[in-house]
Amino acid sequence: MTDTTTISRESPPVASQETVIRISGVKKSFGHNVVLDGFNLDLHKGENIVVLGKSGSGKSVLIKCIIGLLRPDDGEIQVFGQNVTELNHDELDQVRARVGFLFQSNALYDSMTVRENLEFPMRRHWIKLSQQEANEMVMEALDNVGLAHTVDMMPIELSGGMRKRIALARTLILKPEIILYDEPTTGLDPITGKEISDLMVELQAKYQTSSLIISHDMKCVERTADKIAVLIEGKCHALDSFDGLKASADPVIKQFFE
Amino acid sequence: MMAFSAGTAYKADIYRNMPLTIPPKMKFFFEETGHIARFTGKFFTEGFKPRYEFQEFLRQCFLIGNKSLSLVGLTAFILGLVLTIQLRPPLLRYGVEFELPYIVADSVIREIGPVITALIFAGKIGSGIGAELGSMKVTEQIDAMEVSGTNPFKYLVVTRVLATSLMLPLLVIMSCSISLLGAYIGYNIKGQISFELFFGQIFQWLPFSAIIPSLIKTLFFGFAVGMVGCYRGYHSTKGTEGVGRAANATVVISSFLIFLIDLVAVQITDLLGFTS
Repeated sequence: MTDTTTISRESPPVASQETVIRISGVKKSFGHNVVLDGFNLDLHKGENIVVLGKSGSGKSVLIKCIIGLLRPDDGEIQVFGQNVTELNHDELDQVRARVGFLFQSNALYDSMTVRENLEFPMRRHWIKLSQQEANEMVMEALDNVGLAHTVDMMPIELSGGMRKRIALARTLILKPEIILYDEPTTGLDPITGKEISDLMVELQAKYQTSSLIISHDMKCVERTADKIAVLIEGKCHALDSFDGLKASADPVIKQFFE
Repeated sequence: MMAFSAGTAYKADIYRNMPLTIPPKMKFFFEETGHIARFTGKFFTEGFKPRYEFQEFLRQCFLIGNKSLSLVGLTAFILGLVLTIQLRPPLLRYGVEFELPYIVADSVIREIGPVITALIFAGKIGSGIGAELGSMKVTEQIDAMEVSGTNPFKYLVVTRVLATSLMLPLLVIMSCSISLLGAYIGYNIKGQISFELFFGQIFQWLPFSAIIPSLIKTLFFGFAVGMVGCYRGYHSTKGTEGVGRAANATVVISSFLIFLIDLVAVQITDLLGFTS
C-alpha cells in the first residue's frame, strides 16, 4: 500500500474475537460434481476475509449457502450464532436484514429507478419510515458512493462502475453488520476496480462491518483482505494474511501470486 | 433351437434395459411435465398464504391490460369487419342474409373472439413475462429479491398469473364488443342496417348464457399463458440465449395449451348444453 491515493489497510479496524459467521464442515454437490467438501471458516467481527479460488471452485456457492439462497448438503453455517440451515423463512429474513450481499452482476432491478432500487430492501424488510426519512437514507447511501445525482436515473443509463456503486449503496442502506461480496471487481477496468476496492475499505472503516469477499482479482484481494482463505477442492486449503500466503512455498498457493 | 434361445436372451436383455433406454426427448417431456405440475401446485399453496402482494398485483393488472388494449382492439375490429364481409355472399346465395348479425356474433363470442384474443395475448404478454423473468433470473435479480426479504415466487409469479387470469376475460369482453362494432360497419359497407336492428337481431337469438362458457375458458387461457410464461422465465438458464428461448417457448407452449383447453371446454359446454 505505497500508493498515497489508496485507502490504507495498514491499520485496519481491530477484529474482535466475536465470531459473526462460523462455517463448519459444509458440503455441497450438484449431481456428481462435489463443490464444497467439508469447508471450515470463522469470520470475526470487524474482519475482512477474502475467499480466493479458481473460477468454478465453489466460492459463489459458499456465500449463497451463507445467505440461505442455497442449502448445503451437510455441515453447519452459523450467522450471529443462528444456524441458517435450520431457520424458517421469517427467521432467515431477520438474519438477512443484518447481512448485505453484493451480487457479481449487481442485480439492480431494471424496471425501477435508482431511488426505488435503494428503497426496495427497506420496504420489504418492513422498516417503518416516513417518506422523508426514506429519502434521507437513500441520499446518505448514494452520498457514500458519490452518486447522489443518479437518484432518479434508471440502471440502464449508468455505466458498469456506477452500477456497481449503486449496488453497493443498496447493500449498505440497511446498515448491515456483515457484507458478502461476490466478485466485486469482475468485469470492471483496473482503475474502476481499484476505486471499488478502495470504496469497500472506506465503507468498512466507516460502518465497522465484517466482510467476506469472493474474488480472484489479486489487486482487490491485496487492498481489502485482512486474511485470505484459499478454497481448493472444496476445502479451506490455507488461511493467512496476504503477505503470509505470498511467501508460501506451497505450489498451489504460489499459482495465485504468479 | 440355438438361434431361438439366443434371440430370446437378446430380447430379454432389451426388456431388462428398457428403463435405461427411454428416448431423451420423452424423458425430458415427462420431467418437464412434472416440474410444471409442481410449479402450478406451488402457485396454489403460496398464493393463498399471507403476505399478499396486492400492490404488485394491481400494478401487473394495469400493465398487462393496458399493454394489450390497442393491439387486441385493432385486431378485434378487423376480425369482425372481415368476417362479416366474407360471410355475406354465401348467406345471400341461400337467402338468409338477415341471419348475418347473429351468425357473426355467435362465432365471435363463442369461439373466434376468445381464441384469437388469447393467442395475441400469449404472443404479447406471455412472451414478455417469459423474457422479463428470464432476464431477472440470469442477472440474479430474483436472488436479490429473496435476500431483500421478499418471496420472489409470490412477488413475481403469483401476481402475474392472477393478473393474466383476470385481465384476459376482461380483454375478451372488450374485443368481442369491438368485433361486433366492426361487424356492424362491415354490414353497412354493402347493405344497410340500423345500429338498433343489428344488435337487436343478435340479442334476440343469442342467449346470454353463451357468454359464460367463453369467459370461463378465457380465464383458463389466461392462467395457462401466465403460468407457462412464469415457469419458463423463472427456470431460464444459459444467459441471454436462455432468455430468448424462454420467450419463444412461452408462445409455442401457451398457443398449444389454448387450443387444448378450447377442445376440452367445447366438450364440457356441449355436455352441459351450453352450445345450443
